[in-house]
Amino acid sequence: MAPLPQNPGGHSAVLQQALPPDWPLGNPWLHFITFTIIAIAFGMLMIIAFIYVERRGVARFQIRLGPNRAGPEGLFQAFADLIKLLLKEDIVPARADKLVHLMAPIIATVPALAIFAVVPIFGNGALFADLNVGLLYVVGISSIGVVGVFMAGWGSSNKYALISAMRGVAQMVSYEIPLVLAALGVVLFAGSLSLNTIVDQQGIPYLLLQPLAAVIYFLAMSAETNRSPFDLLEAESEIIAGYHTEYSGMKFALFYVAEYGHAVAASALFSTFFLGGWKGPFLPPVLWLMIKMLVVFFVGFWVRATLPRLRVDQLMGFAWKGLLPLAVINLVITAIEVLFWPTQSMWPLVPVNIVIAVILVLLWSRIFTLGGGKIEVKQGRVEVKGAKTVEVKV
Amino acid sequence: MEVRTEPFVLNLGPHHPSTHGVFRMRVTFDGEVVTDVEPMFGYLHRGIEKLAEGRTYTQIIPLTDRLDYLAAMSNNWGYVMAVEKLAGVPVPERAEYLRVICGELMRIASHALATGFLINELGAFFTPLMYMYREREKILDLFDMLCGQRLTYNYMRIGGVSHDAPPEFFPAVKQFVREMPSYIDEYEGLITTNEIVLSRTKGVGVLPRNLAINASASGPFLRASGVQWDLRRKDPYSIYDRFKFDIPTGQNGDVYDRYWVRINEMRQSVRILEQALADIPKGDHRSRVPHLLRPPVGEVYGHIEAPRGELGYYLVSDNSIAPYRFHVRPATMINLTTLRELAVGWKLADLIVIFGSIDVVLGEIDR
Amino acid sequence: MPKQSKLRFNKFGSGILKGMSVTMKNLLGRAITTSYPEHKLVVSKRFRGNDFVWYPDKCTGCATCAKSCPQGNVKVVTKRGEENAYDVETFEIDTGRCTFCGLCVESCPYDALCLGREYELAQYRRGGLVLSKKDLLESEARQPSGYFRPKIEKKLPKQTLLLERAGRKKSKNGSSA
Repeated sequence: MAPLPQNPGGHSAVLQQALPPDWPLGNPWLHFITFTIIAIAFGMLMIIAFIYVERRGVARFQIRLGPNRAGPEGLFQAFADLIKLLLKEDIVPARADKLVHLMAPIIATVPALAIFAVVPIFGNGALFADLNVGLLYVVGISSIGVVGVFMAGWGSSNKYALISAMRGVAQMVSYEIPLVLAALGVVLFAGSLSLNTIVDQQGIPYLLLQPLAAVIYFLAMSAETNRSPFDLLEAESEIIAGYHTEYSGMKFALFYVAEYGHAVAASALFSTFFLGGWKGPFLPPVLWLMIKMLVVFFVGFWVRATLPRLRVDQLMGFAWKGLLPLAVINLVITAIEVLFWPTQSMWPLVPVNIVIAVILVLLWSRIFTLGGGKIEVKQGRVEVKGAKTVEVKV
Repeated sequence: MEVRTEPFVLNLGPHHPSTHGVFRMRVTFDGEVVTDVEPMFGYLHRGIEKLAEGRTYTQIIPLTDRLDYLAAMSNNWGYVMAVEKLAGVPVPERAEYLRVICGELMRIASHALATGFLINELGAFFTPLMYMYREREKILDLFDMLCGQRLTYNYMRIGGVSHDAPPEFFPAVKQFVREMPSYIDEYEGLITTNEIVLSRTKGVGVLPRNLAINASASGPFLRASGVQWDLRRKDPYSIYDRFKFDIPTGQNGDVYDRYWVRINEMRQSVRILEQALADIPKGDHRSRVPHLLRPPVGEVYGHIEAPRGELGYYLVSDNSIAPYRFHVRPATMINLTTLRELAVGWKLADLIVIFGSIDVVLGEIDR
Repeated sequence: MPKQSKLRFNKFGSGILKGMSVTMKNLLGRAITTSYPEHKLVVSKRFRGNDFVWYPDKCTGCATCAKSCPQGNVKVVTKRGEENAYDVETFEIDTGRCTFCGLCVESCPYDALCLGREYELAQYRRGGLVLSKKDLLESEARQPSGYFRPKIEKKLPKQTLLLERAGRKKSKNGSSA
């Protein structure tokens, strides 16, 4: 840590604090500008790459060819789409809340890119801000995205959008908790909230040390970023396009960027927390991070290409009954391990934790039952007391 | 403090990704729970029944293609069977076998699509649908070979079929029949034991046996409720009494059972195809019928087991070249009348799935 | 027939993993679609394209095709010609209204009218869809299809079948029931 200046107020103090120790140019503002550009460029590049990879990849899962027209092997398809969207008419519904409708895509997009501020992309310390509360920052910033979603749903005066926005808020709030609790297991091992330190401390990838946390984190992350099978916000078979039904042109493109931006950021965070971030032999660190992000993203769209989505009550049940208790138990077990296990020999902990994870998952799977979900309706109103369970023979 | 919610009305459709065309539901929600559904159709009304009254009996065949456009072969078949019954036209043996082969291929194609769209409505991102499209595509290729079109076949004729099969047709069908079981296994691997599919479909949209019978439902929709009713067995038409096949029936009558019945009917269709291909005789494909057929005065109701249920044609003849009255009993419209009973109390997502499991085709409903 | 009661709700995701293995297997396989304008498939020998081919030398102007058309879409105007034969003055088919059911071709007693094999015939104006006498003649680009014309059918190239392009040589567990 660089020595902090004496006056705790003021911009420069904050900037100085976030400055990595080995920054060569000295001036914190230069650092600020350079890394803002780098982080946004990296984010946008990865978004475009991910859109391409997903469209081609899902096409191959579906025995199709996928977009292969614009540029060699369709590499410029995303740019072609972007130009098309830029040229399209911007339609605002007559009864929409104009300001909210306008602000929503911006508010949804910015947090996705802002997450990259604390993700170590280029190696040790090479990041925008090595915040010592990095994880807290990530959690805080990524939650802002849902505000954009809700504004879009509310502002566009469309019933489908409103349903989607309501689903979105409930889903985000529910899945934030297991997400953070799973990440806390990693924090306990690393002993720091700073993402840079977390990567630094990973001699063994935390995927092996914290398998259960990794599974929980992956599932909660999918829900947070509206990826399948938790993509209820954009369930096109039910609510058309969800919260961005009434958006067209560049505003829609911003939502698209936001969606994939969140996916990219989530893959980056998963790689950072569980796969050792930029660490890896031979290749430069940034390439390692990209490869790991792609692997995480690949699993994401593999799931998307295979699975149907859950119903809204099953989704909430899965978060509160399934993931949350598991995450709490995992946190407790991890805390005990960190307290009593000798830090020199972590490898024996790997099989122990994997066994614990398998046992817990098998135990917890007992709570899921079939049937149920039907609500009694009397005289056009829902009977609140006691949802009826339908008996099912299996 | 009392928590109260306001019900709100949503016009689901006619432009909606999962209304299978232009169907509209006026749904009242309390939160996300469906409290009332009012199906409204007629957006695809083309007046086919009235159009038919001004056409000769042969000219009506292309019209029937456009009823249930996902199973046009069966529609052709039902119509020509009704006319043959009315006019007493004999059908050559080989034509009957060709009709059975076409009908069963059509059933496989139609069920594949129905299942694929059901899974799509559950939220799978087109993958199962694409796999099922692949097999449907193969069947459409075969029909293309047979009659030159992929969707509106116009293949059956009064007293037979329009063409005999080309020599390369039977080896291709045999290859298809040989391969199909492995593809059905693939669908089942993707869907049958999938936990998410099970939790979304088991116990959802239960159609009780009594209601199914009282609503005069038919087809896989009825059989899923445990009623063993298949016109191929209960009122054997054509040459179905020669084939060995089972009638799959469900236990609960829920969405899952409808899926399960369809998948197993595909297997049974493969079985029928195997037998039909093994003993198809040589001979004429079409008996001689006057160009302008004038059936005797009278009325007739001909029905077949189309992929979606009992497809009936009611014809009244006044001994002229065109029918006096032409009426279609569309299977899916009658199945659809149960929608309200099935969907009330379930969520929006379930409503879509229940609607998808009925497997409607709007061309047939609106006519 | 399999009994549904054998089915198990495994709860911990084995069914999901099974499904994922199916999709993975297909990812490693070949795509079955083709890049359309570059790779065109051969259409069926009996293909009913959006086109007609008419042979004026065979046509006697009997207008059976016009009578058999469900749409009333074929317009034939004749006048008395030499030796008791008809001269066909007008022969028009509006392909914009045509459903390509093929009943006209089927009913033609002299094989004078055939369906075409063309299918990329979009026009900017509706008028372009009305084919009159000289638009209907056979040429290098406008070949007749074998629909109800067995002689032509024999000469046509073999149709590409998806069955052959994306077939599976062996069924895994041969039984069908």
